[in-house]
Amino acid sequence: MSPLMATAILTEALRRDYGTRPALRDVNLEVREGEMFGILGPNGGGKTTLFRILATLLRPHGGRASIFGRDVVAQARDVRRALGVVFQAPALDRHLTVRENLQIHGRLYGLDSATRRTAAAELLERFGIADRASERAGRLSGGLQRRVEIAKGLLHRPRLLLLDEPSTGLDPAMRRDLWALLRGLRDAAGVTVVLTTHFIEEAEGCDRIAILDGGRIVACGPPAELRRDVGGDVIVIRTTDPAPAAAEIERRFGGPVSVVDGTIRLERPGGHLLIPPIVEALQDRIESITLGRPTLVDVFIRRTGRRFEDGSTA
Amino acid sequence: MTTATGLLGPVTALAWREIVRFLRERHRVFGALAQPLLTWALLAAGLRGSFRLPSAPDGMSYGTYFFPGTLALIVLFTAIFSTISLIEDRREGFLQGVIAAPIPRASIAAGKVLGGASLAFAQAILVLPLAPIAGIRLTPSVVLTMLPAIAWIAVTLTAFSFCIAWRMESTQGFHAIMTVLLMPLWLLSGALFPASGAAPWLRVVMAINPLTYGVAILRRCLDPGSTAAVAGLPGTLPSWVVMIVFGIASCSLAAVLARSPGRNP
Repeated sequence: MSPLMATAILTEALRRDYGTRPALRDVNLEVREGEMFGILGPNGGGKTTLFRILATLLRPHGGRASIFGRDVVAQARDVRRALGVVFQAPALDRHLTVRENLQIHGRLYGLDSATRRTAAAELLERFGIADRASERAGRLSGGLQRRVEIAKGLLHRPRLLLLDEPSTGLDPAMRRDLWALLRGLRDAAGVTVVLTTHFIEEAEGCDRIAILDGGRIVACGPPAELRRDVGGDVIVIRTTDPAPAAAEIERRFGGPVSVVDGTIRLERPGGHLLIPPIVEALQDRIESITLGRPTLVDVFIRRTGRRFEDGSTA
Repeated sequence: MTTATGLLGPVTALAWREIVRFLRERHRVFGALAQPLLTWALLAAGLRGSFRLPSAPDGMSYGTYFFPGTLALIVLFTAIFSTISLIEDRREGFLQGVIAAPIPRASIAAGKVLGGASLAFAQAILVLPLAPIAGIRLTPSVVLTMLPAIAWIAVTLTAFSFCIAWRMESTQGFHAIMTVLLMPLWLLSGALFPASGAAPWLRVVMAINPLTYGVAILRRCLDPGSTAAVAGLPGTLPSWVVMIVFGIASCSLAAVLARSPGRNP
């Protein structure tokens, strides 16, 4: 495999504004073929804008983006053929049956009727919806509709599957199913999977992630590596008076100590050794004190200074 | 893949979808067909004694006069209902999948127009055999001239309606446009009353209205011999010229508009 082949997505200084508000700023990103790549960020962080540019539905205002070496603007038609796109709101016709939806999609992608039939049958089988093929899409549950949507996105055998918030509206069990399915695609068919998400736990399951906040990539890499960068353990303290308490901790135990949304945070190697003296020092001003391994939430806070509005808490 | 067959696939796929959807939504069949027929029956019965064209022969009833207008209304309603589904396609998400497909955007317009126009054509043709009830004789030559006329009017009105619906974000918005633009288009086309008896200013409006020429074509086709109903009507040839220009303009505009997907496709 040549190095050129190995690049699925490449963006350089990508920029997009909505009016005067920048939605994407200087986004540089490289996704390699066969990766499962997550674009994590809070709502309004620019994820959907990036998704839409990669799906050739929105033009960038600056910089460039290419998919398998093809420019998303100048060679949009080629890019579209290489892409399977799964939208947040399923792009199904509720009045048509599952099979008819796949048929239409196949015809839009120029598949001949034999290919359409065999590919549709195979995907419906693989996704466990073969028995629902003759039902109208609108009668299926949200989870099954999402599966039909993904089957549709894969019908023309794209090299890259691009999904916008695929877990939205799914219950935890359906979410696990979806993930097993996406991993299976990546492992068995070598499909590059790129998805946007605002679920931290979901991002943890990706090979690599980019954290997008305020239109910028604030961190990019494998989740474990990003967590490691935070350094040591994370101590989070709730107190009645966060600011003076933080100042006191910083004075007595050394910095840096930050206050994020009313809670005190500090990252230290060997954090458990620090807890008894902190409790001793602050005594009953402490409402709670927790020690944890850094998560992507901590990565986000570390890079942005703000708390991440996780999908599960929002 | 940009060959003619490569283009035809998506267009016919989208047109086929229009037709399947239409047949599955019974209320649309009812709305586009039953309502114009009911209007025709009620107006024909209600105005039987009141309405008389100047210098019309005795046999010319309002039902006869109104029949071509009824066909135009069926075509218009079907065109409207087909293109109004564009707003649902957008809202429900179907359209975004089509827009992300490797097809020219114009084929989205072409598919919608082909599908909608086929439905409009089929509905009008279904009603055509009722012409004798309206006192109109159907000869093979009448039917043969009606087919291209209805087909072209169907294409034109569906494309015109597509142009209005493409940027619309709500069906309410479309209904507003329908009330102030599309219905008057039909009301002032000579479908309901002839221009010859209208106020001078209205006659000007009717002369500008392109659908006047479409209805004139239908009226001349259905009533080749009589002069009464066609008195003051534009001739067949100029009518066709106007309709062809109107149709090509509508189709071209639809194709151009479809290039920009609009907000939140």
